[in-house]
Amino acid sequence: MRWHKMAGSKMQDAGQRLLLASCILPLAFLLLFYFYPLFSILTLSFAPEGHFSLAPLEKLFSTPYYVHVLWFTTWQATLSTLLTVGLALPGAYVFARYDFPGKSLVQALTTVPFVLPTIVVALAFTALLGPHGLINLALMGLLGLDRPPLNLQHTLAIILLAHIFYNYTLVLRIVGTYWANLDPRLEEAARMLGANRWRAFREVTLPLLTPAIGAAALLVFVFCFTSFGVILVLGGPRFATLEVEIYHQTIHYLNLPLAAALSVVQILFTFALMAAYTRLQARTTLPLELRPRQVTQRWPRYWREWLVVGANVVLMLVLLVTPLAALVERSLTLSTTGGVSLAFYRQLFYNPRGSAFYVPPVAAVRNSVGFALATMGLSVVLGLMAAAVLDSQNPARSPRGRGRWLRRLLDPIFMLPLGTSAVTLGLGFIVALDEPPLNLRTTPLLVVLAHTLVALPFVVRSVLPALRSIHPRLREAAALLGASPWRVWREVDLPIVARAVLVGAVFAFTISMGEFGATSLIARPERPTMPIAIYRFLGRPGTVNYGQALAMSTLLMLVCTLGFLAIERFRAGEVGEF
Amino acid sequence: MKPVTVFALIGLLALAACGPVPASPTEAPTATTPPETRTLRVMTHDSFDISEEVLAAFEAQHNATVEILQAGDAGVVLNQAILSRDNPLADVLYGVDNTLLSRALEADIFDPYTSPLLAEIPDHLELDPQHRALPVDYGDVCLNYDKAWFAEQDLTPPANLEDLVKPEYRGLTVVENPATSSPGLAFMLATIGHFGETGAYTWLDYWADLRDNGVLVTEGWEDAYWGQFTYGSGGEGDRPIVVSYASSPPVEVYFAEEPFEEAPTAAVVGDSSCFRQIEFVGILKGAQNRDLAEAWVDFMLGTTFQEDIPLHMFMFPANQNAALPEVFAKFAVIPEHPAEVSYDAIEANREAWVEAWTEVVLR
Repeated sequence: MRWHKMAGSKMQDAGQRLLLASCILPLAFLLLFYFYPLFSILTLSFAPEGHFSLAPLEKLFSTPYYVHVLWFTTWQATLSTLLTVGLALPGAYVFARYDFPGKSLVQALTTVPFVLPTIVVALAFTALLGPHGLINLALMGLLGLDRPPLNLQHTLAIILLAHIFYNYTLVLRIVGTYWANLDPRLEEAARMLGANRWRAFREVTLPLLTPAIGAAALLVFVFCFTSFGVILVLGGPRFATLEVEIYHQTIHYLNLPLAAALSVVQILFTFALMAAYTRLQARTTLPLELRPRQVTQRWPRYWREWLVVGANVVLMLVLLVTPLAALVERSLTLSTTGGVSLAFYRQLFYNPRGSAFYVPPVAAVRNSVGFALATMGLSVVLGLMAAAVLDSQNPARSPRGRGRWLRRLLDPIFMLPLGTSAVTLGLGFIVALDEPPLNLRTTPLLVVLAHTLVALPFVVRSVLPALRSIHPRLREAAALLGASPWRVWREVDLPIVARAVLVGAVFAFTISMGEFGATSLIARPERPTMPIAIYRFLGRPGTVNYGQALAMSTLLMLVCTLGFLAIERFRAGEVGEF
Repeated sequence: MKPVTVFALIGLLALAACGPVPASPTEAPTATTPPETRTLRVMTHDSFDISEEVLAAFEAQHNATVEILQAGDAGVVLNQAILSRDNPLADVLYGVDNTLLSRALEADIFDPYTSPLLAEIPDHLELDPQHRALPVDYGDVCLNYDKAWFAEQDLTPPANLEDLVKPEYRGLTVVENPATSSPGLAFMLATIGHFGETGAYTWLDYWADLRDNGVLVTEGWEDAYWGQFTYGSGGEGDRPIVVSYASSPPVEVYFAEEPFEEAPTAAVVGDSSCFRQIEFVGILKGAQNRDLAEAWVDFMLGTTFQEDIPLHMFMFPANQNAALPEVFAKFAVIPEHPAEVSYDAIEANREAWVEAWTEVVLR
């Protein structure tokens, strides 16, 4: 017994040191590249003439319009989240429990929407749902109508549809991956004991899934809460979220005090939500006997199972893939003759005007993928460290509740960049990072840092539920057998969470490919990415420019699909087990 | 190799690749090249473009490297310049237009520079008598229409702003929101210049009528032109009238899939129905290379660069000695009398005007 105790305390010391080390890096990263720029721009905004004043905040809450904006921001995000989770949960079930032909391709395709620029998505939606779109034309033909029956342009419905379109994949991947490792025997046991299918799901599976559903729902909510392009372009000028107002006030009126006040409200709201979620999660997380997916997944056997799988795949294809297909179709169609042609793709490779800002497609792909890989690498490493720290505060691991306050504080803090206005943070970079050694304002490095800020929460949220579900006995056993804390983490934790890490990696890659966050507002020298090339083409008239924009969009979709497939294949050695 | 190691390696490699661009061998100091190749930093909006040759000629002549920093639209770029004025991001700022000029001058970000080439630029484009901001190019925002659509419907295309509120043009027009779009703001200013703020029929009365006549408002030019405009959207949109530029018809010809005999679209350039955007260049206070910055401003106002403007930025050169390319000479129409709104009035009233517009058109 004494021997046990000694080994235990030694391990604790080494473990503490390891934790401390992995705590410092992600925190330092946030401190330098998030808090410092944020505080710089906020102090500048609240104290324009040198003296600090919070009057703009008061003004905000006494102006009915802004109260209304806050209200709309919140409820459209709530509704979007409920719809997305509701629609994607059956899909997650199908992906968790069944194997079927084309599964990884479907999964990759569901993530493609995430990278598409809003304006491109708007064009795809017009092609499908517009007054002369495919669906209206079909309905008019079918029902013999002479006016388009569906008018979704600039409605709340299209905002919700776009939010589902963008975020479906978050729920599918995060919940699906977690679900795949749940032991199906638990639900089977409940069925044996007489529970019907629904009751077994509601009382056994659903509670066990709560941490993953919560994590996914939280990400969807924060994304919709800070929604910008979808609201502006698809929702039209009658809708405004906090983020839209921050943009107006900053860019068009340079009303920094008001913009800062709106930003602070947005950040505080995210923080409060996160803090509430952290408390909830601590209560719902249970250590589980996880099962490798080889055991939990199989081909559908009966027609009913095929029906469930088929219905969900069809839903994904209709909801997520048809708009993409509409874009590909347009990129291959000449507007003059309607003929199919690769002309727009060929033109991507020419620079007829000898423009200094011509972007060769290969360079655009290289730049995009380069930034995305850097973002992925950085955010996976920092995210794993952060997740390890947050997990070490797990009540199951430190029952005496030591450091619980730390968890309650740290967990929301890692989410904050996601809930922070890109406009505010972008200006923060300019104000704060202007002196050596942090003179990063015009370096491409800043792009990677800005992408990583947004990607980090995705990695943390993807990994944490899996990490928390690991039964402490596994780690204790390894430690008793003499493994160092580092080795325990590497050989027990990591293989079990490897799938979740890949999910996080996919999202980090995606976020960077899609140019999220503050990067569009960073002054950067020539290193144009694919979304930037798309915007350049769309910025001027001429059907050739339109065609090339869609050809470049198609290329972006293709590169992303290949990227997702490659990342998912990425299984080194023993990690493939789960 | 462990996956985490692989991720770390990928990250490090890619990060290293994202570092500063290594100087190409020709730029490295050798015995043959003079030791001091200086760098000129120019901040500008995303629409800035120039020929490789023209840029290379400047770099060779002044033994300099020009670094172009682009960050969003003109409004974003100006705000960045204002926020960084104590430690400027660049030496020169190009792209502030007359709707933003007052903000730039009030924030005092430019040093004056009286370029000798100002003599070649018409006086009405020179808005700042102190020469802190020098005019480079201009373009007129006005209504465009789809010629084929009007021919098919056997309807006369609109000839002026007043036509848009007539019943036969009901539901035909798409405009951009002045709160979010620079052509949208310019078009709103055209209506203010045209109808005025006082009198029996003000610009707001006009917008109320436009609203009753089914005008559609989009966030930006891209959605209006590619998503809603019948020509730009290839028939998927249902609006044959759009707010765009007087230069859009020649640009449509230039970027057509097959050569056109005539432009597929046309601009409405009747009396005071357009708003003229003038774009300026200025040397930022605290510029590190004042002489190089002056050389760049002279270069931008000189005929080589000026003749490069139409086919790269689709604006018209400010320098009257610059010749227009054939496609512009043949297909472009320059409005003779654009609507007049002074740049001081714009900055003073922008927020109130946009607010009033929003109240009438959207709420």
